[in-house]
Amino acid sequence: MERTPHTAPPAARRGGDRDIWSACVHCGLCLPSCPTYRVTGREELSPRGRVFLARLVDEGLLPEDDADRVMAMESCLDCRACEVVCPSGVRVGHLVERARERLAGRLPGPWRRRWAHRLVRGFVAHPGRWPRLARLGRLWQRGRLGRLPDRLLRRLPAPWPELAEALPPLSGLTVRASAPAVTPARPPVRARVALFAGCVQDVAFGAVNEAARRVLAYVGCEVVVTRAQGCCGALSRDMGDGETARALARRNLAAFAAVQADYVVTAVGGCGAMLREYPVLFAHEPARVAEAQAFARRVVDVSQLLVRLGPLPAAKPLPLRVAYHDSCHLAHVMGVRAEPRALLAAIPGVELVELGEGPACCGSAGTYNLEHPEMSARILERKIDSVPEGVDAVATGNPGCALQLAVGLGRRGRRVRVVHPIRLLAAAYGLDEIPADEGGGP
Amino acid sequence: MTGGERVARALAEVETALGTEAVVRSPGALWAYSADGNPDLAARPGGVVLPSRRADVAAAVAALHRHGVPVVARGAGTGLSGGAVAEEGGVLLDLARLDRILAVDEGEGWLRAEPGVTNLAVGRRAAGMGMFFAPDPSSQVACTLGGNVAENSGGGHCLKYGVTLQHVLALEAVTAGGGTLSLGGLAADLPGYDLLGLFVGSEGTLGVATEVTVRLLPAPEATRTVLMLFHREEDASETVSEVIAAGILPAAMEMMDNLAVAGVERGPYRVGFPPDVGAVLLVEVDGLEAGLDEQAERIAAIARRRGVREARLARDEGERALWWANRKTAFGAMGNLAPAYLVQDGVIPRSRLVRVLRRVREIARTEGVRVANVFHAGDGNLHPLILYDPAEPGAAARARRAGAAMLRVCVDEGGSITGEHGVGSEKREEMAYQFTPAELALMRSVRDAWDPAGLWNPGKVLPPERPGPTGTAVPSGSADGGV
Repeated sequence: MERTPHTAPPAARRGGDRDIWSACVHCGLCLPSCPTYRVTGREELSPRGRVFLARLVDEGLLPEDDADRVMAMESCLDCRACEVVCPSGVRVGHLVERARERLAGRLPGPWRRRWAHRLVRGFVAHPGRWPRLARLGRLWQRGRLGRLPDRLLRRLPAPWPELAEALPPLSGLTVRASAPAVTPARPPVRARVALFAGCVQDVAFGAVNEAARRVLAYVGCEVVVTRAQGCCGALSRDMGDGETARALARRNLAAFAAVQADYVVTAVGGCGAMLREYPVLFAHEPARVAEAQAFARRVVDVSQLLVRLGPLPAAKPLPLRVAYHDSCHLAHVMGVRAEPRALLAAIPGVELVELGEGPACCGSAGTYNLEHPEMSARILERKIDSVPEGVDAVATGNPGCALQLAVGLGRRGRRVRVVHPIRLLAAAYGLDEIPADEGGGP
Repeated sequence: MTGGERVARALAEVETALGTEAVVRSPGALWAYSADGNPDLAARPGGVVLPSRRADVAAAVAALHRHGVPVVARGAGTGLSGGAVAEEGGVLLDLARLDRILAVDEGEGWLRAEPGVTNLAVGRRAAGMGMFFAPDPSSQVACTLGGNVAENSGGGHCLKYGVTLQHVLALEAVTAGGGTLSLGGLAADLPGYDLLGLFVGSEGTLGVATEVTVRLLPAPEATRTVLMLFHREEDASETVSEVIAAGILPAAMEMMDNLAVAGVERGPYRVGFPPDVGAVLLVEVDGLEAGLDEQAERIAAIARRRGVREARLARDEGERALWWANRKTAFGAMGNLAPAYLVQDGVIPRSRLVRVLRRVREIARTEGVRVANVFHAGDGNLHPLILYDPAEPGAAARARRAGAAMLRVCVDEGGSITGEHGVGSEKREEMAYQFTPAELALMRSVRDAWDPAGLWNPGKVLPPERPGPTGTAVPSGSADGGV
């Protein structure tokens, strides 16, 4: 018989991930929670398999850049569903993120991934470009740029063209650049909050940020929008670019330290989760951990804050059957599950229904759908299967999920709108139109 | 031809028949398949076959057996006795992709499914029809129906409802060489020998189930769940015996000691037990609504006589679910206390609970190991969880010694070495302590009749015959183990 892990020589590599994998006792209760395991049935594409392979690397039985080990780590959506069911609290997400950062410089990778990485870096690190992009996007949507962009788009691999198609009507404005620095609260004033706008969110879903700004002011929050903020860094971290992620995080720490606010509010599950995990990002910079912790404590999802403050009676009924899709990071990292449901259910006329499979990833996961289109598509198939017939809308608190769901629904020819809960709330408060086809697909 | 070459040729054939998606043979990925729920018994398989269609199981087995390659069936790999580990270069037959529910008959009360469906999925489908599937192992969110059949799994509720065997009506199985067999049937009391009974619990040594028909029971009208906290585990143990002696048959009686509680309370399903609690007893009674409250009160009264420090009823379904999730994640939560654990699965007569627990404590002291106890107390099924750190020299050996000594105590007290976790590779030596040579020889002849070439999960369940290795067609092990 071959050497088993237990009789293996002591760790060949210094450091390593023993602090994480040693908590795993291999019970396997994580398996059904894992999107990649659910669609492939492959143990090395399960949380337990990934943790076991990490341990073998530390024990010197498997090279870090072994092709299967790399695929195990790259194919993880970092959705954290396994972490919330793990009886021993194994931090699989951090394990994967660490491995990606170590491997990032060494992977040749397919051209698609290199291209996606370059594109992302050029976008997330330069907030100055965002308003221009938003305006350009609006012109493209209105057909003012001629046929060339569409022709180029059609040449891109799936799901690029569909994602572009699924974009909501762009306003051409970003909240970060265009909103007033301070929006006064409708009295009585109950809190002073800073709105975290995000990058993709602000360019493509500026209307969601705008709805959040209005609703917050409506319920009594003084809303500060600082232009010093930038991207949260999640996309960079996910692709193993820790350096960029930390630089972006430092910018945000400084920006929000300068704003005296009770809360930092996001309407993006992925961003909120990242901001909450800034202390983990700076684990190797002890000097910054305390600052990151103080910041992370102030971060809330807009739905959390609204429930905490107590929602107001709606002015307008919305006769809609709405299914709520849990953004993984919103649910598993921020622990926000009940709040958006409570807000939606409180709107007169809204009938809230659950998705068939419960909280399961849609396969969007940052740039995952661009880097792993096949796996992402398989995960999306299952997700769309779980959307009950007869719903008018799927509500979700993360722009990546919204686009992904719109693509999936579009592929099936299903006419179901995808909306952010805050937009429905804004409409119910009479602050916004009911979004007609936001991310609604073709 | 070496074992490795045999495996390579057989897998090439399987790949041609089933497609490349159905075969895993690259070394890194195979490592992930080297253990079930007990990483202490790891061995990298020579390959993995993952059929997506039921008919592919027979085709794969035929090819593998034709080349003399041992086949080890695997569900979700949550077993605890090394049963789903392919030693000696064998190939794993992973049934996780066969997870469809094929048919249900509400009126007759049965459900037919593929072996890779999870126990919980079966339970959920049953619940949707106002029925339930009784076997509920603690790993039910992940473990598969096929695995339940192979291990004859129990669970919290087998005290009243019996183990898997009592709930399997029929099976389709693939046997040696890729032959197929139908076992059992929907009619009661079939004539002849009970081959279905033989197959259930045979741990993959007779064949593999490709379709399982199980009995569904009408859901009880009502349920009461009582949680009791004790200062001393002896008092909890005595309460268990006295409840049964009083003529009450609860659906479940589960116990955890102080250290087990410390583990689960650091997991995701925190109940908020006081850290100094001696033992927690979870008792469930079900049946007709009328009289249930009275039964729960009688149980509480017995506990009060035994000095219970707190006893309360589950407020609602949510609280009940939390208590059960807390209990059912106890094994997995041991990672909060130590990097590894070894679990035993001894069964003893209920009345010996206090005495056996005292012996378990003594053994732990002698070997210098920490032990957390989790039991299906109602049926005397003990799970001492022996905690250790594999990085500490000699710790694993001490844990194993302690475990073996605890099993001997169980047998000496008139019990058994395994209740529901199976023998696997872990307890095959202890089988010789439990059974006489003549009994073992009879078991061996049964196995040979089903599997003359010894290619179904070789080396498991029965102790090695001495002198010489088991089986004849088994590849010769590590040097050419095919990986």
